[in-house]
Amino acid sequence: MRPSTLQCLALVGFSLLGGQLTAASLFINDATVHPITSTMLQKADIIVTDNRITSVGPNLQAPQGATIIEAQGRPVTPALFAGISALGLEEISAEIGSVDKALQTDPLQTSSLLHPEFDVTPAYNPHSTSVPVTRIEGYGWTLLNASRFSSIIGGRGRAISLDGSYASYLSEPILFIGMGEAGSVLSGQSRAAQYMLIDQAMAEAAAPMEWTPDALLTAAGRRTLISYSGSGSVVFAVERASDILQVLQLADRHQFDAIIYGGTEAWMVASQLAEAGVPVILDPLTNLPDNFDKLGARLDNAALLHQAGVSFAFSANSDSPHNARKLRQAAGIAVAYGLPFEAGLEALTINPARIFSLPAGHGSIAVNAPANLVIWTGDPLEVTSLADAVILEGRNIPMVSRQTLLRDRYLPQNPDLPRAYLKK
Amino acid sequence: MTAAFRKAAFSKPALALAVVFCASGSVSAQSTAGAPAGSPPFPSTYQPLPSGPILIINATLLTGTGKRLENASLLLRDGKVAEISEGRSIKTNAELTTLDAKGKWVTPGLIDIHSHLGVYASPGLLAHEDGNEMTSPSTANVWAEHSVWPQDPGFTRALAGGVTSLQILPGSANLVGGRGVTLKNVPSVSYQGMKFPGAPHGLKMACGENPKRLYGAKGVAPATRMGNMAGYRTQWIEAQKYIDDWTTYEAAMADGKEDVVKPARDLRLETLAAALKGEILVQMHCYRADEMLTVLDMADEFGYQVAAFHHGVEAYKIADELAQAQTCGALWADWWGFKAEAYDGIQENIAIVDRAKGGCAIVHSDSAEGIQRLNQEAAKAMTRGIAAGMVITPEHAISWITSNPAKAMGILKQTGTLEVGKMADVVIWNGNPFSVYAKAEQVFIDGALLYDRHDPARQPLTDFELGQLQGVQP
Repeated sequence: MRPSTLQCLALVGFSLLGGQLTAASLFINDATVHPITSTMLQKADIIVTDNRITSVGPNLQAPQGATIIEAQGRPVTPALFAGISALGLEEISAEIGSVDKALQTDPLQTSSLLHPEFDVTPAYNPHSTSVPVTRIEGYGWTLLNASRFSSIIGGRGRAISLDGSYASYLSEPILFIGMGEAGSVLSGQSRAAQYMLIDQAMAEAAAPMEWTPDALLTAAGRRTLISYSGSGSVVFAVERASDILQVLQLADRHQFDAIIYGGTEAWMVASQLAEAGVPVILDPLTNLPDNFDKLGARLDNAALLHQAGVSFAFSANSDSPHNARKLRQAAGIAVAYGLPFEAGLEALTINPARIFSLPAGHGSIAVNAPANLVIWTGDPLEVTSLADAVILEGRNIPMVSRQTLLRDRYLPQNPDLPRAYLKK
Repeated sequence: MTAAFRKAAFSKPALALAVVFCASGSVSAQSTAGAPAGSPPFPSTYQPLPSGPILIINATLLTGTGKRLENASLLLRDGKVAEISEGRSIKTNAELTTLDAKGKWVTPGLIDIHSHLGVYASPGLLAHEDGNEMTSPSTANVWAEHSVWPQDPGFTRALAGGVTSLQILPGSANLVGGRGVTLKNVPSVSYQGMKFPGAPHGLKMACGENPKRLYGAKGVAPATRMGNMAGYRTQWIEAQKYIDDWTTYEAAMADGKEDVVKPARDLRLETLAAALKGEILVQMHCYRADEMLTVLDMADEFGYQVAAFHHGVEAYKIADELAQAQTCGALWADWWGFKAEAYDGIQENIAIVDRAKGGCAIVHSDSAEGIQRLNQEAAKAMTRGIAAGMVITPEHAISWITSNPAKAMGILKQTGTLEVGKMADVVIWNGNPFSVYAKAEQVFIDGALLYDRHDPARQPLTDFELGQLQGVQP
């Protein structure tokens, strides 16, 4: 019997998949490997089978049929964390139709004030131009930001791989709450009301009740919010030292697994953060008093937190998808201002993976870890280095973005035809 | 657009200026149509801090003119570059302070052509929104210096990043935003105390989305890009008439006629007229290639020069045309995507603009963060150019943040390179400045040590920051 078209397609699909499986066997030869969770290895090789790392060490044998990548001694790191961002949620910032990162509710039409049930993740578009633009710079994943807009609870977002697939989620939904000056406009012009609102919302969520016109939460919101008490992570955007301490107490009251995001003055309360085991997501470039919550801004915030034993990861203050690729430069600046180099790399790899509870192995180069790797032309934190090859989920990513295509279109001088015909 | 057309267009400003001079006879080179004679208002009161002679030895020195000198010595005396030599030391005497810069790099002080420090100061209070006079699409009558808050902590951060001169511009909300001012990055209670002596004003203009979005939303012109163009052209026509009126009046006065009516002085037209005459340098915010070419045609129409397009995210598409027009591109290393006209940004933009014969690339910041590390932004742009197959050396790339902005700001004769006789605006770096780990260790302005990373006594603190967070220490 001749195979139907459907079967043919299936066979083609299978053979492509088969080809991919073969190609996914990679051998990286002679690299300077930064495993992150163990000490640096010189002249080491890495074997990738399917989408996992299966061997790391010196003098390995390339498996038969493996694609061999000659690293020539260059550094290899895990694919980097691109920070908390709107990657895949925002095409052009000023074009509101192309921006999905925040829930904007009309207070006149929405009875409930807070919407923790909002999850921004389904808006993620892997074909957004900023995804390949960021990926080819060595970034493998991001945490989708549910930015606060209409209320102090922005909603939820997941960590997601930038490998180009539609739904490669790496974490459970993480809840975002914004505190401090930036949120006071959403809390009756006093930050004190932010604690009042969260306490009231938790009381509402903990005691199922009939709907009332002045409820803070919908039924779905109550279920969502209470689920974060005792499990799941809550990211608190907060900058000022006194607010950070209040958030620690709030988290303690409601058994939130808190993460401080921003944390400009975190260094001032580093010992309390260390004691509470609460991590900080910070932007190493923050060194100006942008407002009265950031008077303590300084370039060695990361170095001071490191000394105090606080766990931290890096993210830009802005969730702009377009500038996410700048994060490794920011990490380099933290190193220039006193942070050990290894700690700088950890803050872009293993630390965020642990803070956001990614599956084991993420953010490191170890046997059984997912094969998310970058080969760099030099020091990964240096502005004169570039990502040379990016491997995500065991696949060698084409180093192509809309920007490289524009570059290739305009780089040739005096082309014969209008540049519209240069489409490579 | 042919090269010949652009070249021919260039002589126009000079010609127009000459005509004005001949006709009026009494207008001095510095005067502006309609402005009272005498020294310009709001004069600079800047005085360099007193300093003894300083000899820097054993440095890797980038001159800003394209040269790299090894084992270089640099003598700063009386606020000027007094002597430079490579491979041999300058004769010393007991009076000299000698700084051994072995393993360190020395460059001209960095220059940012596009800053809003002081007019959009930190902290970003409502009270500090002084950069955009968003009340009319043409506010050529406003001067950014009248908004500058000298206590902006951003100035001190920029100083720690090696920035010695900077142009403060109005924002880009308006077609014509107003005059920009060039400052020396020195602590002062007034902007006059920072004002760069002899620097021409800039005229901030803006293409594209910002003006049309802002005014279109108010239901007034411009609401479109064609409305933008009509807006500029109407202004230039008024300015031309203003020049003519004053020229006619002054000629009549010179002829001894008595019954002539003196034209009314108009601050807006005074600024625009000075821009047409080349006394104020046009600094134009413009992203898209097609719009920049349209503006260059307009500059031909009215006989003026665009000193630089700022932001120019699509400048790489018209690198040759910009070079032929002798218009610089003041650009970012990697910003893109925040609005539609910034969608086509590429990281090779600066390198491609630089590559054109006669091309003038500038790394600008437009940011209180970016101005702190212009050297790193230049390093990123250089790296992208090299990766795209171009040959770009540090001694060349340093011009993007020193001599090229100085040229486009009209201050290259005074600063922007390390050449004998120029202002001793100098940075000593802890190593190669084209690195994420680079730090400015010492920054000299007119020969005076204004910042020393290793000496807290030479690290300025603004009034705003004084006494904040008392008792808090790391």
